Amino acid sequence: MTGDPRAISMTVNGREVTLTVEPRVSLADALRQDLGLTGTHVGCEHGVCGSCTVLVDGTAVRSCLLFAVQAEGTAVETVEGLARGSALHPLQEAFRRHHALQCGFCTPGVLMTLVELLRADPCPTEAAVRDALSGNLCRCTGYQPIVAAALDAATVLAAEAAP
Amino acid sequence: MKAPPFDYHRPASLDEALGLLAGQPDARILAGGQSLVPMLNMRLAAPATLIDINRVDGLDRIEEGADRVTLGAMVRQRALEASPVVRRRLPLLAEAVAQIGHPVTRNRGTVGGSLCHLDPAAEIPAAALALDARLVAASARGTRRLAMEEFALGMMTTGLEPDEMLVAVELAAWPEGHGAGFAEFARRPGDFAMASAAALVALDGAGRVDAVRLVLGAVAATPLRVTEAEAMLMGRTPDTTLIAEAAALAGPCVTLEDPQAPLWYRARLATAMAKRALTAAVGRADRKRVAA
Ligand code: FES
Ligand code: FES
Repeated sequence: MTGDPRAISMTVNGREVTLTVEPRVSLADALRQDLGLTGTHVGCEHGVCGSCTVLVDGTAVRSCLLFAVQAEGTAVETVEGLARGSALHPLQEAFRRHHALQCGFCTPGVLMTLVELLRADPCPTEAAVRDALSGNLCRCTGYQPIVAAALDAATVLAAEAAP
Repeated sequence: MKAPPFDYHRPASLDEALGLLAGQPDARILAGGQSLVPMLNMRLAAPATLIDINRVDGLDRIEEGADRVTLGAMVRQRALEASPVVRRRLPLLAEAVAQIGHPVTRNRGTVGGSLCHLDPAAEIPAAALALDARLVAASARGTRRLAMEEFALGMMTTGLEPDEMLVAVELAAWPEGHGAGFAEFARRPGDFAMASAAALVALDGAGRVDAVRLVLGAVAATPLRVTEAEAMLMGRTPDTTLIAEAAALAGPCVTLEDPQAPLWYRARLATAMAKRALTAAVGRADRKRVAA
């Protein structure tokens, strides 16, 4: 039966993985439950909160709205892939400096949304940051420190990229 | 919640997809999944079969013709926003698409998915009606074209047969120098619109309205053309008074209401959005250069 569990392969944070999932299982649940990558959070399960945002082949997507079988053969990046060894990613470092998280529930989705933005637009305006984050709900911070951290991280990353 | 079980197919070609669709009585096409998957997760839909067309070749093309631009059903909304052809030839659509959901949902959401889901508040169906859309439906039996009026039959109900799939939409590209405006009201950016309006205006050499379209979204089961407002504007100079008079005809068209926006309030929103869209379109339209 085509609704039965099937084996699929993909790379997650650069590592090749194979897992067996029913087609109805979302990528978010497969990451969390089959691969133990619980950094990706699941808030609403209908595309509203943004906490499940991950990158699939470099594009930010809601992993609650993508079935794991649809990600077969793709390269998935999650919040677990951000840190560079024991050093935080510059975005994570900026979040710490700016106190841009409180409970941290929204943070993985916010970070992955910003990773996509900063790759496409290394020097975003504040308006561009706010537009990118419009689909991420944060009930704690009031967004100000998140926006400040994103802009700060952009300067750090730009300095890193400069020769 | 989690999606109910379904049989999953991922055809690689259109023929394969249409073959599957012909043989499955209770199948749904899975495009970008930004509306269908929430419905599955909330158990508002439980089709026996999903046919995932994300890897069908050739459905994501944007083709520029002399007086039409053809968009493949799987063109992502984010790709529309970025397309120079869409910005130049279909500025109305470019403006409308930027107001759909959020950047991350637009990464996946498609043109065809929005048209087939046909939410009353959706931006693309409203823009498509204003742009005289011809919808290309394919099945194992062949291909046919539907006008928007034949396609948008009712609340989230299309004129597609069960074995048919939308493969492309052909939109009228208005002449260079026309003006477009798309305005919508929602409580927060990215929320479903409570009223929206799409306007297209072309002016003659004397600054009079030569051609005009006014369409409302989120005010009725399907997008609505306000033909009386268009007739009022034709051949006249669209100053603020005339625009306000024409926009006032939008209010009485409203039939949709919900606790968030009762009829009287939605009617006022519709008039306000019509005025904004028309004002923007007129402001952006050039007077037609008259040959010496
Ligand atoms: S859990 Fe995916 S958007 Fe909320
Ligand atoms: S830090 Fe708590 S929801 Fe954002």
